[in-house]
Amino acid sequence: MEASIGVLLIRPLSAYLQQELCKRYTLFKFWQEPQHLRREFLREHSNSIRAVVANGVQGPDAEMIDALPLLEIVASHSSGLDKIDLDKCRERGIRVTYTPDALTDEVADMAILLTLATVRRICEADQYVRRSEWKNADFKLTTKFSGKAVGIIGLGRIGSAIAKRAEAFGCSIGYHSRSQKPNSRYKYYPSVIELALDSQILIVACALTHETRHIVNRDVIDALGSNGVVINIARGSHIDEAELVSALVEGRLGGAGLDVLENEPEAPTRLLGLDNVVLSPHVGASTVETRRVMADLVVQNLDAHFSGKTLLTPVI
Amino acid sequence: MAAAANQHQSPEPPPLLLLHRFPSFSLPFLPFLQTKYTVLDPHADPPHPSFPNLSKSARVMLCFGPKPVTSEDLDRYPSVEYVVGTSAGINNFDLAAFRRRGIRVTSAGDAFSDDVADYALGLAIDVLRRVSAADRFVRAGSWPVQNEYTLGSKVSGKRVGIVGLGSIGSRVAKRFEAFGCSIAYNSRKQKPHVLYPYYANVKDLASNVDVLIVCCALTNETQRIINKDVMTALGKTGVIVNVGRGALIDEKELVELLVRGEIGGAGLDVFENEPHVPQPLLTLDNVVLSPHKAVLTPDSFAAIEELVCSNLEAFFSNQPLRAEVAHD
Repeated sequence: MEASIGVLLIRPLSAYLQQELCKRYTLFKFWQEPQHLRREFLREHSNSIRAVVANGVQGPDAEMIDALPLLEIVASHSSGLDKIDLDKCRERGIRVTYTPDALTDEVADMAILLTLATVRRICEADQYVRRSEWKNADFKLTTKFSGKAVGIIGLGRIGSAIAKRAEAFGCSIGYHSRSQKPNSRYKYYPSVIELALDSQILIVACALTHETRHIVNRDVIDALGSNGVVINIARGSHIDEAELVSALVEGRLGGAGLDVLENEPEAPTRLLGLDNVVLSPHVGASTVETRRVMADLVVQNLDAHFSGKTLLTPVI
Repeated sequence: MAAAANQHQSPEPPPLLLLHRFPSFSLPFLPFLQTKYTVLDPHADPPHPSFPNLSKSARVMLCFGPKPVTSEDLDRYPSVEYVVGTSAGINNFDLAAFRRRGIRVTSAGDAFSDDVADYALGLAIDVLRRVSAADRFVRAGSWPVQNEYTLGSKVSGKRVGIVGLGSIGSRVAKRFEAFGCSIAYNSRKQKPHVLYPYYANVKDLASNVDVLIVCCALTNETQRIINKDVMTALGKTGVIVNVGRGALIDEKELVELLVRGEIGGAGLDVFENEPHVPQPLLTLDNVVLSPHKAVLTPDSFAAIEELVCSNLEAFFSNQPLRAEVAHD
């Protein structure tokens, strides 16, 4: 009988996923190891671990891949691949899979939610009530969302889903992407700055690559302006976070709704004290329903690999 | 042309406009109105010396905020022919008394509808995806410490039930449709050209949806239209959002059901006894609480100012009024 296949799960993700993995494989729970013992943990189990289940927040970097000589496949529980050292995987002939379509709606829903929450100050108002401040005075005026000019960076699956939703609020839609989309009814902008100049709400929805790192920089923030709002449901590194925080603190930018941060789960202290931001812990796809679909896809990809069948959603 | 018009006119005093409000509600466009009308404000400081006399001749009353207009008020101001409301809701007006006296009334009409619909969606999606709770989680510094965060519930594809498919409700429906949600509704009467499934009974609607958005008018018939039976029918994973009036929901029951976990969650912009919010709600993570602010945007304020000013001009020049409430 073949020795059980070891699968390293980096973060808990869902009880359902863990359950399904345990049924088929020997599951190693990386997050349960204290930080300083993790190298040792990998060394100890390196002769059994043949698969890693990665995710949008943490994926195997070069160091982890080097520590696992028997690694054959990285099944990512995510749409984004920026946390995985793909070059290293290619070099070693390690297969990589992801979960591309499972979370499009979820993330688009989150983008609109963050926009509404930021622009209409929903979270701040909720705190206002909980702290019994309503007894003293009414809440202030907040900005209307319907009819605003929305600019989307990246008009892929997620960007398009965001556009469709924003249109139902009477918003005008502009976008920037690597190339103009031939049949799109939305207005194309060849640069992010031009898009930002014409937008009141700028939503980041593109993939993270070398080119798109800090695609929202100081110039873009200045173009968006003191009444502008930036929403990020993509990757923290899309925005120059230091510039963003300064702009928010100084009032050069109206507000921000952020589901992702450059050094998540760490958040800049100054950001935590601002009332014109909404912060969420990378939960753009974190729903019971989607976690189940993503978990199934991860398990199916692993099963396919270890039984010599075609991978369902391979990247490499 | 102005010169010719002036030849016919002797200077007339500006028409009287009676202001009706709670002292804490100050009208933002009062200065503008004062340039066109003699505004009689019972809470003016110092009081207008001729208020008691002049107020009896005022033909128009502008009611700003939720102050009731009762039969007694109308006795006190016997010349009033037209009451200008400044809210989408007119539950604070004794409409039967208005009808008996043939008094016309206008409301805010559509002025606030986009903002309220936007807000209803914001509350609903916040409850489902738990973003207010998430924001608290991050600000408390819990993200680096706690690996797991409670999962939310998917919005797209949920079945949405709208109680009151009027100006606000129809906009709520349009927005939810873009999220891939299905729409059903309850209204006093079925709407002839509307394709969404209609339920004559709110409890039946609640049994067949995941999210219930309450945005109907408060009338004698709709007091506590959302009662224990309706909320139980909505179920353990159901979410309720109220952007109408607090009295539309049996608040005591709602609180009990939420505390006991018999209903999934609630987004509430209105309460039975504002600004009082039931204590048990203040510590729940599956509710989003809001201090009656769905219409508090500069755009809504500008829209109501435009509507009120336009209706006042129209009334005094015998033109048709906008957003007039029919006495049916």
